[in-house]
Amino acid sequence: MTHSFQIHRRALLSGVTAGIGLAYAGRAGAQPRAGRNKLIMVVARGAMDGLSVTIPYQDPDYAVLRGGLAISPPGQEDGALALSDGFGLHPALATLHGLHGNGQLRFAPAVAIPARIRSHFDAQDVLENGGGRLREQNDGWLNRALAATGGNGLSIGAQTPLILRGATPISSWAPGGNVRGGDRIASLLQDLYVDHPMLGDSLARGLETEALAAMSDDGAPVRRNDAGGMGQAVGRLMTGEAGADLVALSVDGWDTHARQRAQMQSRLTGLDQLIGGLRAGLGEEWDRTIVVVTTEFGRTVRVNGTQGTDHGTASSLLLSGGALKSGGPIGDWPTLAENRLFEGRDLAPTLDVRSVFKGVLRDHIGVDRAVLDTQVFPDSAREAPGVSGLV
Amino acid sequence: MPSVPALDAAIALTRFGLGAGPGGIAEVSHDPRAWLDAQIRPQGAPLPPGPFTSTGERTQQMLDYQSQTTAAQRPAQPVRGTMPEPSPGMSATDSGSEDQPMADPTAQARFDARQASRRALTRQTAMDFLARARFGVTTDDGFAERWALFWANLLTVSATKFQARLFVGPFEHEAIRPHVFGRFEDLVVAAEQHPAMLLYLDQARSSGPNSQAGRRRNAGLNENLAREALELHTVGAASGYTQADVTELARALTGWSVPTARDQGGRRGRRQQAAMQADTDGFIFRANSHEPGERTVMGRRYAEAGVEQGEAILRDLANRPETARRMAHRIATHFVADAPPPALVSALEQAWIGSRGDLSVVARALIASPDAWRSEASKIKTPYEFILSTHRALGTTPERIEPLQQALIQMGQPAFTPPSPEGWPDTAADWAGPDALVKRLNWATTVGGRAEADDPENVAVQALGPRLGERTRLSVARAESRPEAMILFLMSPEFQSR
Repeated sequence: MTHSFQIHRRALLSGVTAGIGLAYAGRAGAQPRAGRNKLIMVVARGAMDGLSVTIPYQDPDYAVLRGGLAISPPGQEDGALALSDGFGLHPALATLHGLHGNGQLRFAPAVAIPARIRSHFDAQDVLENGGGRLREQNDGWLNRALAATGGNGLSIGAQTPLILRGATPISSWAPGGNVRGGDRIASLLQDLYVDHPMLGDSLARGLETEALAAMSDDGAPVRRNDAGGMGQAVGRLMTGEAGADLVALSVDGWDTHARQRAQMQSRLTGLDQLIGGLRAGLGEEWDRTIVVVTTEFGRTVRVNGTQGTDHGTASSLLLSGGALKSGGPIGDWPTLAENRLFEGRDLAPTLDVRSVFKGVLRDHIGVDRAVLDTQVFPDSAREAPGVSGLV
Repeated sequence: MPSVPALDAAIALTRFGLGAGPGGIAEVSHDPRAWLDAQIRPQGAPLPPGPFTSTGERTQQMLDYQSQTTAAQRPAQPVRGTMPEPSPGMSATDSGSEDQPMADPTAQARFDARQASRRALTRQTAMDFLARARFGVTTDDGFAERWALFWANLLTVSATKFQARLFVGPFEHEAIRPHVFGRFEDLVVAAEQHPAMLLYLDQARSSGPNSQAGRRRNAGLNENLAREALELHTVGAASGYTQADVTELARALTGWSVPTARDQGGRRGRRQQAAMQADTDGFIFRANSHEPGERTVMGRRYAEAGVEQGEAILRDLANRPETARRMAHRIATHFVADAPPPALVSALEQAWIGSRGDLSVVARALIASPDAWRSEASKIKTPYEFILSTHRALGTTPERIEPLQQALIQMGQPAFTPPSPEGWPDTAADWAGPDALVKRLNWATTVGGRAEADDPENVAVQALGPRLGERTRLSVARAESRPEAMILFLMSPEFQSR
């Protein structure tokens, strides 16, 4: 047991509220929006196992409880990549580890949504609607943040996720476009769509983004499953005058009920390539960017009967980007001690995930604190005060 | 002025079915409701024309493939990203392999053989999908087809997992279609016991910790299927079941499994065979993996039993009022409107409860409800519905899987691979986003450029009947070229919705 773990446990025992026990001084007031700072929300769908992402290798219960899914400590074969405070990154996350060396990676080891739900779909709903409960809001918090700040919203993929749905129109894009026919068809179709509540606006936005992608494309089409190429394409769509500012994209396949070790290796390799690609595509804009990787909930601490894990509670969250201020873990580590596990099976949350989102939106994107507390994340002032010191 | 029967016929073919082809609306106009009603048959929804290999035969294919795997040994796990979504691997050149070649030539040969098998099995599933699409384009029973697809999507299995991929075609043929006009409880049990579901939701290897096998191998529970059975297949999350209910159902379902190579041969095999009840459909119950003891799920107690224990729980869940309410809302949302009329939901719920989940009664209640026939077409077609209805309108059939799959990938609904057990989404917000519409326009441009129809306006009239608005009709008629006219028709609000 290391010193840092003792500190964390003590902080928890003394009842220090999550998010306030951080060692960073808060900034007074919000940054002006003038710099067009960028935010990319990466939602890992299917419940990403945080214990395989930010590995608490110095927690004395980790190796025992994780059995065949445990990642070795740094320095050993296939061992974790050392971070700080007794944590390491999964060995597949080499690019992210490099960012950590530059002070461009932070992590929260035990965050959760405010509702205790183990259904993927309901939990994703809460994660994305930004309320305290299921279906509390019909739209997504990133869309409401967009309403508060202006700027361009962009959803990646054929379908817009809830997090970006809402009253403020956004664009969407996925690889594979090759629009022919030009403006004439577009204009004729707009005449047909004049009375339709959705089709006209949707098509106009789609064509606009497609034109942008065609301009910024260096000629190489993005292949499906090419995470790095995908990241680069998205990054490029965020550059220039018309570039997107608030972006949401989903990464699937994290529901690792069986054979988790191999699956995580593959998924995390993809995630690492995606973020490397985003950085490359963003170019200089990377310095104005924060990428958040989050998930609906974590997975059981113990291994199940099929070398996987079942639905749990807290998971980890990753922040990366050139705009980030370097520092240690965000929020406390609950430890994996038996009496600390949530319902005797899950990693216990020490921080409401909204606190991190709010810290980023306030200090990086410049959303007013009151707007965050009442509109973007309604009634969240007490339960989830924004984390300070991230930028 | 178009007659009302013609409008009802257009609605019957487009909203309840998969679209109208030339002459279809005129044919159905004499009695649209009777046309729908005649498709409700006790034997279920028709199967696409075969021949298909059965679930039992595919089980044998799976075992053969597994023995190849063992022979080929398992090379190091790959380092390959799978973003932004796992490869559906449905194309003929499946790149979804997990393995990398190795230096030893014998091992290399075995590896190549295994890859060839993998591609052949994936190809077989792609052909199942093509057969279903072709059937959807040519069938006269469009409502039965849509009704079957609806239930297949409720009880989702996805080809994203290789082993489940072998079985998704037979799953629809054997577990879904025969039961869609029968009792819902029979449909649920058939689906949960099918190898496709047992493999997709990790049930096949779940063992009771206190069962013989569990104690011997230190194996344990996997609660994936149990959770989705509650949350997605029956009562739904709003019903208030707890984690304890999930765990109890998971215990009751232990032993529900599929054969493995070990069951087949060798000294151990004979012993194991004695301990399980095999079924010709690929489902087996492993008594020695079944958790002993009585179970309590949603307040009801179930005595210690074998396979019957899980079946009894599922049947009770299928018949609970929460299930009736949830399914009524889902049916109305799928067929009529993203925010369905409450009177329609209520009528379906009453029909469900009154018949104890007799799906033929529920289907008839849908047809009987005036709310289902309102003239406003507020549902946006899914990509699959859009593509099939286009073929129907043009009188063409998809000949090859590759272009079909390419179009479906682009529009966000790749063949047999819904992204999660929740199945494909079902609202306009899901399908008509900016990028999705651009991809529909791309496809319409390709199809419109190739269409050989002499008279695009007539194609539109035949496909939409009185649903074709004057603005669209004029726009199609005044287009400067035939391809342009076809694009305008295919992308018109009337054709995009149903």
